[in-house]
Amino acid sequence: MNTNIIISGVGGQGILTIAAVLDTAALNENLFVKQSEVHGMSQRGGAVESHVRISDQEVYSDLIPQGKANLILSVEPMELLRHIPYLKSDGWLLTDSNPFMNIVNYPERHELYKQIKLYPHHIIINATEEAKKLGNSKVANMVLLGAASTLLPLSEESLKTAIKDLFLRKSEKVVNLNLEAFEIGKKLAQNFSEFVYS
Amino acid sequence: MKKLVLGNEALAQGAIDAGISGVYAYPGTPSTEITEYIQRSKTAKSLGIHSTWSVNEKTAMEAALGMSYTGKRSMVVMKHVGLNVASDVFMNMAVSGINGGMIVVVADDPSMHSSQNEQDSRFYGKFAMIPILEPSNQQDAYNVMHYAFDLSEELKLPILVRMVTRLSHSRAGVIFKERRTQNGIQLPVDTTQFALIPAYAKKQFEKLVSKKSLLIESSEKSTYNKLCLSKKDRSLGIITSGIAYNYVMENIDENKDFFSILKISQYPLPKEKIKEIYKHCDKILVVEEGYPLIEEVLHNYFDENDKIKGKLTGDLPLTGELNPNTVGKAAGFFQENTKNIPDIVSGRPPQLCEGCGHTDLFNAINELIPEIGNKKVFGDIGCYALGALPPLNTINTLIDMGASITMAKGAADAGLENVIAIIGDSTFTHSGMTGLLDAVYENTPITVIISDNSAVAMTGAQDSTAVGRLKSICLGIGVPPEHVKTIVPLKKNHSANVDIIRKELEYKNVSVIIAQRPCVRLSRDKKEEIKQKIAALN
Repeated sequence: MNTNIIISGVGGQGILTIAAVLDTAALNENLFVKQSEVHGMSQRGGAVESHVRISDQEVYSDLIPQGKANLILSVEPMELLRHIPYLKSDGWLLTDSNPFMNIVNYPERHELYKQIKLYPHHIIINATEEAKKLGNSKVANMVLLGAASTLLPLSEESLKTAIKDLFLRKSEKVVNLNLEAFEIGKKLAQNFSEFVYS
Repeated sequence: MKKLVLGNEALAQGAIDAGISGVYAYPGTPSTEITEYIQRSKTAKSLGIHSTWSVNEKTAMEAALGMSYTGKRSMVVMKHVGLNVASDVFMNMAVSGINGGMIVVVADDPSMHSSQNEQDSRFYGKFAMIPILEPSNQQDAYNVMHYAFDLSEELKLPILVRMVTRLSHSRAGVIFKERRTQNGIQLPVDTTQFALIPAYAKKQFEKLVSKKSLLIESSEKSTYNKLCLSKKDRSLGIITSGIAYNYVMENIDENKDFFSILKISQYPLPKEKIKEIYKHCDKILVVEEGYPLIEEVLHNYFDENDKIKGKLTGDLPLTGELNPNTVGKAAGFFQENTKNIPDIVSGRPPQLCEGCGHTDLFNAINELIPEIGNKKVFGDIGCYALGALPPLNTINTLIDMGASITMAKGAADAGLENVIAIIGDSTFTHSGMTGLLDAVYENTPITVIISDNSAVAMTGAQDSTAVGRLKSICLGIGVPPEHVKTIVPLKKNHSANVDIIRKELEYKNVSVIIAQRPCVRLSRDKKEEIKQKIAALN
């Protein structure tokens, strides 16, 4: 077993939290993990990525080779497309439909969705809206993680335990909010058939 | 049990467990988390391990050497370009040698993710003639510290540990070992070792040069330098080091029996091991992150240029970091056909945060540019360097820590008028103060704007030694009190700020404007703490 996940987004969108949950869950399942991340200048509103590699054998490279990602999980649709060269031929694309428009030449949204839909293995969900319904747009990342859980080799239980471990130092309320977001995301992915942008 | 840590954190825990009494550092990507980890560590706190930030890398390294002088173990940490700042003490302490074990950790940034060059610190280690250790993975980064401190005390030399961005900022599960107790104070047997007047320095330098064979011998028998010769296939041998080893293994994992591999993690290079793999194989591929150091040495050893492949032959790129694909291609492995990034995807460069005080300052300066003329703003290292990018385009230069003031001075000396230097608060105390004295000493007509956000913001808002001290430093250096102005860069102060900057530019001598507004990323508590500190010091 060897699973490669690229997590992408814009600095400050919570991609490292998603990575931390995946790492913790994998380590709890006694798997090998490597996870590279971006610190420093790029974090200032720039494009950021994290490479998460989970395996039952030792992982060597901290970076995922191009063409070897089983999943690209993006908190932003254009950032998803930026990482297309990493996608494995039968890999999955998963993204929040909400764009983060902090640049002047951001592409037309329908063009982005059209490009993503060229790949049959895709899931586009409005994670931000679901998070807002829960009262905190920050948990959009956990909605996406819940959606990703349907595609991962990690058990739902260990992912949830990892969420508890990570957020318990904040409060039980925060834990529950994140778990709720996870559940919603999971259901959205299970019921996903087609994303319609109007 | 395995703990999930960054390469930097593994190294930091390794240093704590190897019995350091202090870490000295100035923040710099990708090295920052090493010191931050020790600052946060409860164990380090309970053991009284020093971990407060230093003003710059040179002061940090000297302090670490002072701690080593007492017999205790010390560590100094910096990014690659920080070693340029500390190179004076670095070169000389190789000659003096150390007392308590001392490690210099330098994190290189190939691909310049957050830097202005790709310099390879291994060349500094070679230049100083000291051993270099180059871990490949997170467990290595932890283990190597125990070994490095023992080696340092055995050889009586500082040891350079080279990290790179991809190891510093990658997490994995690491197993920690038992902690060694700290050394007590035990002053050097003969202090003349540290008194480098020519008579003693000559003796020490001879000692250093004569250690070369000892150092090579240590590399030959080091378990960090591993040679595996393939009996099945002699066509290709790979010599690789540090993080590059991972990219090699990623490609050959299932076929590893068919390749001879020499993994280097300790320098100076083990010549015998290199000769062995060279003789055993038809071709040699050298895979190393950074400049072609090993490859050049190989060309010196052997006179058959067509047998050695690597960066010098164009098989691997000379710029940018390596990755599993470039390495796989060089070793002759099939690479997956991949889809290109769709054309509609636009670049998303980093930018100043919403509400950042630097932006308001740049807007004020930009308004003056039609009056004072283009290309007269000298910049420096920090978040505000993003002012060199559109849409602001305020800053024209960015070279090294402190160069804004001194380059502005040189330009003014050449006759350029209305010259502005922009420098951050922490960069100013790091390397700007001395340049300001140059300008004051010669009454050079420049206006220095210290964009003071009261933090080392770019690297994650660490404490700045400048907080509350900028005005008194400038006055102390000799800038006249009526030309040390403080402004608050806010939209509502825009026209008043433009007027103040214009007025100081009209003053044909050194003036300083402190543009003071805390970094927007600081917490409310931190901002309050800074406010009180500034009030207390003024």
